Amino acid sequence: MTEKILRTPLYDAHVALKARMVPFAGYEMPVQYPTGILTEHTWTREHAGLFDVSHMGQCLIAAESFERAAKAMEALVPADLLGLAPLQQRYSQLLAEDGGILDDLMISRSALPGRLYVVVNAACKEADFAHIAANLPADVKLERLDDEALLALQGPEAEDVLAALNPEVRDIPFMSFRLLDIAGIRDVHVSRSGYTGEDGFELSLGAADVVKLWNTLLADARVKPIGLGARDSLRLEGGLCLYGHDIDTTTSPIEAGLQWSIAKRRREEGGFPGHDRIKNELTSGLKRQRVGIRPEGRLPAREGSVIQNAAGREIGRVTSGGFGPTVNGPVAMGYVDKAHAAPGTPLFLVVRDKAIPATVVKLPFVPNRFKR
Amino acid sequence: MSVKFTEEHEWITVAGGVATVGITTHAAEQLGDVVFVDLPAIGKTVQKGKEAAVVESVKAASEVYAPIDGEIVEVNTSIADEPSLVNSDPEGGAWFMKIRIANPAQLDGMMDRAAYDKFVGK
Repeated sequence: MTEKILRTPLYDAHVALKARMVPFAGYEMPVQYPTGILTEHTWTREHAGLFDVSHMGQCLIAAESFERAAKAMEALVPADLLGLAPLQQRYSQLLAEDGGILDDLMISRSALPGRLYVVVNAACKEADFAHIAANLPADVKLERLDDEALLALQGPEAEDVLAALNPEVRDIPFMSFRLLDIAGIRDVHVSRSGYTGEDGFELSLGAADVVKLWNTLLADARVKPIGLGARDSLRLEGGLCLYGHDIDTTTSPIEAGLQWSIAKRRREEGGFPGHDRIKNELTSGLKRQRVGIRPEGRLPAREGSVIQNAAGREIGRVTSGGFGPTVNGPVAMGYVDKAHAAPGTPLFLVVRDKAIPATVVKLPFVPNRFKR
Repeated sequence: MSVKFTEEHEWITVAGGVATVGITTHAAEQLGDVVFVDLPAIGKTVQKGKEAAVVESVKAASEVYAPIDGEIVEVNTSIADEPSLVNSDPEGGAWFMKIRIANPAQLDGMMDRAAYDKFVGK
């Protein structure tokens, strides 16, 4: 059976910009525009990059009260959702019974009463929505937002660009959102968040309006369209996990270094899948953990490359690896045992039968510049 | 001799029994920004259709195949030092390697420019 490949509402806009379109998570998406990944990456670090991420899954969790919705979702994720202030957003993970990660996601306390707004990964969205819906109590419902598009505007000039359309965006703190009129479009969900390590915004709005907003933003000389290729190199340098690569059903949030996303109350009280494993990993330590790795020289070590200790014994695999344009050299992430996880530990990465000397480094590779 | 092309997107020119080999403009465009080139050792014996070099773009690693049997007699160290040359001048200054041809009959059947352009759908 061949599944029909989907398109976002911006498909024609990407083609008009001469993007190279590739299949990704069931969608035809732009991997790069004619200037190429290096230029797009650097532009986003220095100016403002505009990304179409409408393939991602958006939904509402609806109940009679915020507390009811938050409590229902707390049974599936380890984040403190009851502690969400209005218009606040948190990063979390949908967990399996054994503490493995089914997906990572963003959860906001909606401006609408009794609603949480949730964004999940494109490749996981059908499974996520089915999993969430199946595990909600009868009085809490999942409402898909299939007619909503999603843009990301990222980079040090993103705030100035968006403020030219509505100055109130300057007042949005990191990991919060506002409903704002932007370019004549009412109630755009503008959150201060992203996946590049830079300051920036994510904008959710009706599919019918997204072409207008896309064109308005691109009309600003500080903004260029950025494809999935640079999205990947930017998040890798930013030390951010990519689901299906750096995190999956075999990794726990603690192994992945995501313990910052699990509040004290949840660690102590539990009430989410995998609490035993997570509690255990937090108290008695970890068998393995995600680390950053800098290979010497210029040769990138890709996902799947064997990680060896100084004695040449295999101790793990690279989960994401490539060339970091801002670092101007190869960068990688992978899992190693505790004995090899300290920054400065010498390792080897095996690329085409050659053992490349490498060093464990602190993540991120490029300092995050979130507006806190 | 004029330039010939393979279905693996290499170009080849021959002078005095030595083939100069690179990748086509089409191949370079498909690769995107090249950030690393792994060239073979001089003196290495290569076989038609087998890996001779590797180009790494930001996205992925891609093999460059030897278009002909022979021995590597020279490699272009300037593309190892400056991989972006592969994008800016793929069919000129960014040649990859020179191969002393072992079996000239393998040149027969390679495409000329018009046939290659048709092959890549230009």
